[in-house]
Amino acid sequence: MRKKIFAVLVAAGALVFALSLAACSPAGGGASSGAGAASGDATSGGGVVLAYNTEPQTNLIPSMVNEVGGGNILELIFEGLTRYDVDGSTKLAIAESITTTDDGKTWNVKIKEGKKFSDGSPLTVQNFVDAWNWGANPENGALSGEFFMAIEGYPEVDEEGNLVGTFDGLSGLEVVSDTEFNITLNEADPEFDKQLGYSAFYPLPTGSLDSPEALEAQGTKPVSNGPYVLQAWDHNEKIELVPNPEYDGDIPAKNAGLTFKMYTDDSAAYNDLLAGNLDVLDSIPADAMSTFKDDLGERAINQDGAVYQFFTIPYYLEHFADDEEGRLRRQAISMAFDRQEICDTLFNGTRTPATDFVAAVIPGHSDSIAGNEVLQYNPEKAKELWAQANAISDWGNSTFKIAYNADSSAHKEWVEAVLNQVGQTLEISAEPEAYAQFSELRNDATNGTMKSALRGGWQADYPSAYNFMGPIYRLNAGANDSRYNNPEFEKVLLEARSQQDEAARTEGYAKAQEILMRDLPAIPLWGQNALGGYSEHVDNVVVNWKTVPVYQDIVKK
Amino acid sequence: MSKDTIYPGQEHSFSDIDETGLGAVDAVPDDRPPASLFGEAWRQLRRRPIFWISAALILLSLLMALFPQLFTSADPRYCVLKHSLEAPGPGHPFGFDKQGCDIYARTIYGARASVSVGVLSMLLSVTIGVIMGSIAGYRGGWADSLLSRVTDIFFAIPFVLAAIVIMQIFKESRTIWTVVIVISLFGWPQIARICRSAVIEAKQEEYVTAARALGSGGWANMLRHILPNAAAPIIVYATVALGSYIVTEATLSFLGIGLPPTIVSWGADIASARSVLRQAPQVLFFPAGALAMTVLGFIMMGDVVRDALDPKARK
Amino acid sequence: MKRYVGRRLLQLIPVFFGATFLIFAMVYALPGDPIAALGGDKGLPPAVRAAIEREYHLDQPLLIQYLYYLKGIFTFDFGMTFSGRPVVEVMADAFPWTLKLALMAIVFESVFGILFGVFAGLRRGGVFDSTVLVLSLFLIAIPVFVIGFLLQFIIGVKLGWLPVTVDQSMSFKSMLMPAIVLGAVSFAYILRLTRTEVAENATADYVRTATAKGLSRPKVVVRHILRNSLIPVITFIGADLGALMGGAIVTEGIFNIPGVGGTMYKAIFQGEAATVVSFTTILVLVYIFTSLIVDLLYAALDPRIRYE
Repeated sequence: MRKKIFAVLVAAGALVFALSLAACSPAGGGASSGAGAASGDATSGGGVVLAYNTEPQTNLIPSMVNEVGGGNILELIFEGLTRYDVDGSTKLAIAESITTTDDGKTWNVKIKEGKKFSDGSPLTVQNFVDAWNWGANPENGALSGEFFMAIEGYPEVDEEGNLVGTFDGLSGLEVVSDTEFNITLNEADPEFDKQLGYSAFYPLPTGSLDSPEALEAQGTKPVSNGPYVLQAWDHNEKIELVPNPEYDGDIPAKNAGLTFKMYTDDSAAYNDLLAGNLDVLDSIPADAMSTFKDDLGERAINQDGAVYQFFTIPYYLEHFADDEEGRLRRQAISMAFDRQEICDTLFNGTRTPATDFVAAVIPGHSDSIAGNEVLQYNPEKAKELWAQANAISDWGNSTFKIAYNADSSAHKEWVEAVLNQVGQTLEISAEPEAYAQFSELRNDATNGTMKSALRGGWQADYPSAYNFMGPIYRLNAGANDSRYNNPEFEKVLLEARSQQDEAARTEGYAKAQEILMRDLPAIPLWGQNALGGYSEHVDNVVVNWKTVPVYQDIVKK
Repeated sequence: MSKDTIYPGQEHSFSDIDETGLGAVDAVPDDRPPASLFGEAWRQLRRRPIFWISAALILLSLLMALFPQLFTSADPRYCVLKHSLEAPGPGHPFGFDKQGCDIYARTIYGARASVSVGVLSMLLSVTIGVIMGSIAGYRGGWADSLLSRVTDIFFAIPFVLAAIVIMQIFKESRTIWTVVIVISLFGWPQIARICRSAVIEAKQEEYVTAARALGSGGWANMLRHILPNAAAPIIVYATVALGSYIVTEATLSFLGIGLPPTIVSWGADIASARSVLRQAPQVLFFPAGALAMTVLGFIMMGDVVRDALDPKARK
Repeated sequence: MKRYVGRRLLQLIPVFFGATFLIFAMVYALPGDPIAALGGDKGLPPAVRAAIEREYHLDQPLLIQYLYYLKGIFTFDFGMTFSGRPVVEVMADAFPWTLKLALMAIVFESVFGILFGVFAGLRRGGVFDSTVLVLSLFLIAIPVFVIGFLLQFIIGVKLGWLPVTVDQSMSFKSMLMPAIVLGAVSFAYILRLTRTEVAENATADYVRTATAKGLSRPKVVVRHILRNSLIPVITFIGADLGALMGGAIVTEGIFNIPGVGGTMYKAIFQGEAATVVSFTTILVLVYIFTSLIVDLLYAALDPRIRYE
């Protein structure tokens, strides 16, 4: 008789189940032509590579994008005046020549003739100038707008952030002809040409900025000039790129197209990779850090990267002011924990202890900066310096804290490990301080209201050592969380940047780093390796200086 | 149950009634004090081994929470990275977690935060939920409409959103109580709904109508006749909820809006075991096991208490 | 009855205003500056920040912001996300996934929870009862992310029986594992609730009467015991639908489902009021309708309960 009850209940359940299926099976129907190709059935893709990505946070207007989800797509569908090679060296792309005659204050740019957008329309310098002026106009709210701040005529604002006067274009941009224009900067920068390969400086097709509707269309289905063109964007699901027929540049697509599957959790992507549902993943989840080399064998990617991590002890904190005591304490803390052990144990060797203030793949990185022994684990010396600082002003029962944002799972473990070691070495109490949201942490950091040290990270925008120092340690720089103020450092840094000669410039940057090594406005931790993996269905997966796979070179087997 | 322990009000439950003479049925043993609901329940409980097992489990977790020093002399917060994920050894029966902390010591010390959060959140949720639910269910009408719609709104507020906002208010002084408040704020609506449904159901029973006819009215009626009969689903829900509240605390801590990272709790350890799940599952096993044993204690206790309160279920 | 339903629907109006304002105020009270966070580690030029704040009326006081939002709602404009997409579009993308997932989870947890609960309740203390007790302990003590991870790794990656993540056609096969993971904890609740109620009702007078009248055991179990045991159970299930829709954050992440939970979670962390409030409004409606249906079911299950 039990069987009968069972049968009744199963029947009832099946009925409800069927109803629920019927109720919602047509849902999402409109969005899924060609869905089969993107999901699972890897062989029917016909040379289309399936790659991991995160949903772009903005429309795909170059100067709007400031995060990797959108940046990955932009870099494949657009091409700028210059581009970066795999090793980070700058190559001319759309530009025929970029020259300066006065150490980088004014620049002359000539572009190649006959370049076209994917809709066949011609590409002229006006396309660059218009796109840049749009991005520089604060009213447009372009998130990467700060890249235009170096150009003469960037609009000024009052205390409340309102525009002073009106803005009708950057006065530093002067069109000479369809293929030539001049750029005037606010201050000389011999490395300005290096920045021009960054996505904020890409051109936009004529007419795309004329109306909100045109802008919306350009942002969601861009007309572009790079090796690929965007064919379909199903939000939060996938972006399909196909080779751009009008493209005649140096980095043509070697595959039949790229389909980016959108993920919110790289753990899911990793399991998809293992199951063969994904071809390329440029990230490894924390839970697979110890196993991915075994799981993937030769198909694992683990190499030096351009992401650099540190923590900052603001100068406005008690005991950490810009004086002898603060300097001693910073040095003591830096020597109180073992970077190598943390990299090996927590990150399984996928991070490399810092030897200076610049990521490993960037020209100017060095492991022989004078004074870099403060980055070595040396508990005796740390104790000694700490005692010296205590002689100036007693630490007492204070607690040393490092703040991190808990909305990313990447920080909790190392913050705990660093603080455990600092606490044990210096025999003080040391605790993590968790912020729920990144925005909350940034708020306290920019307002100068931190009550503890805080984590920080930097990823190169363009391959220059300046990019790892100027925006972080110059007074009034956006990311100067410690409120470091050292005119001597600024002088050395700017002098270094103004050097025409590469070797002299590198030497200058090393001098600037020596000052940082002494002051420790940030305490360097480690460089994050480029991690990832790929499936058996693809070949020729190489990761560039920016830790992004060179997608156009990947071939499907 | 033998015949001579039949008390007033229960005579009708057994089929051997036919063999009992009417006089015996109506006979009230007047040489004893009147049996109270709870006194009778206690007499029942004492005889069940499950009661003693569950009491022992609960007692053990309370002991761990109150006097962790009794169980270990190790410091749960002294962690040496060198020992990361080391296997069990002398003095460290459960081995080490990723940070090189002693898992045994952390499991013992984790009881305090976890058990307090679980028990206190459960009690607070049940208190609010039962008050709201019984008013809504018993009064009906506009009171029901008002309270039920408030419940609907509370249901729909995203947990994470409210947790961040509330935690922000207590940013400088986050304690176990803040977490208890946040969890209870989201625990009570479900209990209110279940209580309301049980009250609506119980209110229709004959004995309630009878009691009302006999002049017992208002809230006395509610307390004496309806609530005890509506208690079963609430007890069951509450004992299961106790466990899930402890896990919820883990989620909150994981998001940086729970207890400060320095407080040791099972939930926090379960959450941080995530990153080593592939290589060292034992790191998850011990805190999760301790949590499961505690929940088991409460679930079994809930079960026997419910049985004891329900005269019909006695055998 | 009709009047009762009509009155319940009228209550939607104050609930709508109450809920939207409450959520709006909570997002407003979130710490941190959402626009500054858009700039990442670098920060934004002050002029850009001010312009974006003006665009989203973030420079206005709370009440004005709320009125702007209401004004939009009455023209079916639910506002824009910070990424420049209309919130309506985001909702249209996310809700089908979530609805399907939540319904599958509800069906799974109800069918198996009630089934197991009935058997456990009828044979209290037996082997089956003890086995499901251990099973439910397991589900309560082990967080969703572990259960999801293990199922995904073993059944999806190692054995290859079910897809690792969902596919875009929302096929039944690919949604099955997420639905089971999502419904796991609720399954434990339903099981325990059903078990207790069944155990309690199995000894009730009317059951003995029914058995005495000669009704077969299955009929007694389904018509009398189960029917009288269901009220707390359906109460739980009714409220659970909304909870599963809004709270599937972890499950959605594990199986890469672009649903409501994850979208709202992200919007909360970005302080995107329009998205959070609009999604929550829909969830409030879900709660109100399910609670109405559940109330009507009470009357169907127990004819003594009446509404006027």
